[in-house]
Amino acid sequence: MAAGADGGHSPIAQFELKPLLTLKPFGIDASFTNSSLFMLLATGIVISFFMYAMSNRALVPTRIQSVAEMIYEFVANTVRENIGEEGMKFFPLVFSLFIFVLVLNLMGMVPGGFTVTSHIIITAAMALLVIGIVLAYGIYAHGLGFFKLFVPDVPAWLLPIMVPIEVISFISRPISLSVRLFANMLAGHIALKIFAGFVGTLAFAGAWKILAPLPLALTVGLTALEFLVAVLQAYVFAVLTCIYLNDAVHGGHH
Amino acid sequence: MDPVAAKYIGAGLACLGMAGAGIGLGNLFGQFLSGALRNPSAADGQRGTLLLGFALTEALGIFSLLIALLLLFAV
Repeated sequence: MAAGADGGHSPIAQFELKPLLTLKPFGIDASFTNSSLFMLLATGIVISFFMYAMSNRALVPTRIQSVAEMIYEFVANTVRENIGEEGMKFFPLVFSLFIFVLVLNLMGMVPGGFTVTSHIIITAAMALLVIGIVLAYGIYAHGLGFFKLFVPDVPAWLLPIMVPIEVISFISRPISLSVRLFANMLAGHIALKIFAGFVGTLAFAGAWKILAPLPLALTVGLTALEFLVAVLQAYVFAVLTCIYLNDAVHGGHH
Repeated sequence: MDPVAAKYIGAGLACLGMAGAGIGLGNLFGQFLSGALRNPSAADGQRGTLLLGFALTEALGIFSLLIALLLLFAV
């Protein structure tokens, strides 16, 4: 991220998709872009990290093995707390989503890196996958009883109001799940870029030069906040996935 | 009105939404602190909930910031 002076890069230039390998089968644009490259890289990093960390399988873990075990235990505890022991069959899903989003977010923090999760199409695809699984498993496990989820325990005369509200709140789940992650990453990176741009602008602004360290300090602080947000949003995505799956596993009785 | 001016006014107005997130975050951390000072031994166990609440509240402020940024750069 070069902090150019006035007329430098636009703050949203960093999110541009660049086709690295143009593929257009049957007129559909399925090019291999920098986004695809970073997703492949993330998958590669995750797989090689866990393969390497668990290659010894010592009873007394080495440092890298205990890191892998800590991540596993962390996600497993989240799943147990939110769904319970019978939710552990969804553990692979939650773990993959968490670690994938986490690595993508952190790769976006590398200068010059590309933030895959700052594109709503990626986060929307993941959110729709989660909601699709909730619906499919809920109907598979409870049959039509799954739709009792939309009928809360209220007096009968309130039902005509409550049922539409519950349905709307269910439909807005994938929207809020995807927009939360995408908006956090997008806004955070734009804010970083804008404040970094202020440093460049002030450094060439004559006597105002003495103020240039202010936005620089702010940029450093924002970078730290962005790292927190990157980890936190991956965790939030995993926790909300668990909460939604809980509805599918335990049916309507909350 | 000049559409560019309207765009900038709209972006400024959209940022007002962040006031809500500010109130929410202040409330969140204030309540956590007052609870934590009353019962410090229980505070550590609730740090995860605090961060979850922080992320959920902060996301709502980010939504309005996103509208402002979209108005500035995308529209």
